[in-house]
Amino acid sequence: MMRYLAILMLALLPVFAHAGEAQDMAADPVLEKRMIVLAEKLRCLVCQNESLASSHAELAEDLRREVREQMNLGKSDQEIIDYLVSRYGDFVLYDPPMKSYTVLLWFGPFALLLIGVGMLLYQVRKRRQIVPETQLSEEAQKRAAALLNDQE
Amino acid sequence: MMRFILPLVIFLALAAFLFKGLSLNPREVPSPLVDKPAPAFTLPQLHEPKKQFSPADMKGKVWMLNVWASWCVSCRDEHPLLVELAAQKTVPIYGLNYKDKRADAEMWLQRGGDPYVLSVSDTEGRIGIDYGVYGVPETYVIDKQGIIRYKQIGPVTMQSLSDTILPLVAKLEKE
Repeated sequence: MMRYLAILMLALLPVFAHAGEAQDMAADPVLEKRMIVLAEKLRCLVCQNESLASSHAELAEDLRREVREQMNLGKSDQEIIDYLVSRYGDFVLYDPPMKSYTVLLWFGPFALLLIGVGMLLYQVRKRRQIVPETQLSEEAQKRAAALLNDQE
Repeated sequence: MMRFILPLVIFLALAAFLFKGLSLNPREVPSPLVDKPAPAFTLPQLHEPKKQFSPADMKGKVWMLNVWASWCVSCRDEHPLLVELAAQKTVPIYGLNYKDKRADAEMWLQRGGDPYVLSVSDTEGRIGIDYGVYGVPETYVIDKQGIIRYKQIGPVTMQSLSDTILPLVAKLEKE
């Protein structure tokens, strides 16, 4: 019995061992939460596939501090995002803005889908022309049936 | 015939894009600060902390701002080049000592030589953020009007000096 209990408790261990966001000081929990929400939309420049919220890089810590301080100064989320974009470029945004050079990024997949659908329709239509539905005469149908039955 | 050519063309185009991608460096994030005024700051000087330095002091001069730190490994690669460049006196190099301890930084300069007219201490990396620094070393070329004209991400190399930085400095001197 004790053994099963021990196994069960070990099995439950991963439930409690979740990886949290990178921890910093959380002086004001409300502000900290707002900072984390914003930082999740921003990309860490050092480990480029991590968000600013989850990165442990030193620069990410500094940037979180910067975001926290600017929030303390009463800046809006948009103002802080604008500041970071002016320093690091659109690269810091996980959500790329719609611009002339990101049109392909935004609409490219849909264009490919349309091309694919177009090609499919074209092929289907062409095939129909090549193989028209054949109408068998009564005699031919009888013969076909006879041949098929013969096989059995 | 067409049914073979079209897929081949598509494949070749895709291959060309992917091949180009091999030589791109995803770590190099183009800086939006190029052709923008260098962000202002006032920081204590490394050697004489009582004195301060501000980019505004450099109005009318073409200069380089090199972000460095004693803990930065690639800074060691570019350092001899900077020392050599400083000896030629083509362009004044100012150092932004980024997130470093003063004693470590001074020791580092004693060992490798000091190419900087002066260095300033950005102990907490705040000015670094203002300049969009994300990987040390980084080097900015700033013109007479205080506009950033070029940003080198990563160490300055012989090639980047002769191909880009020195011609740009020569051009900016004439402006």
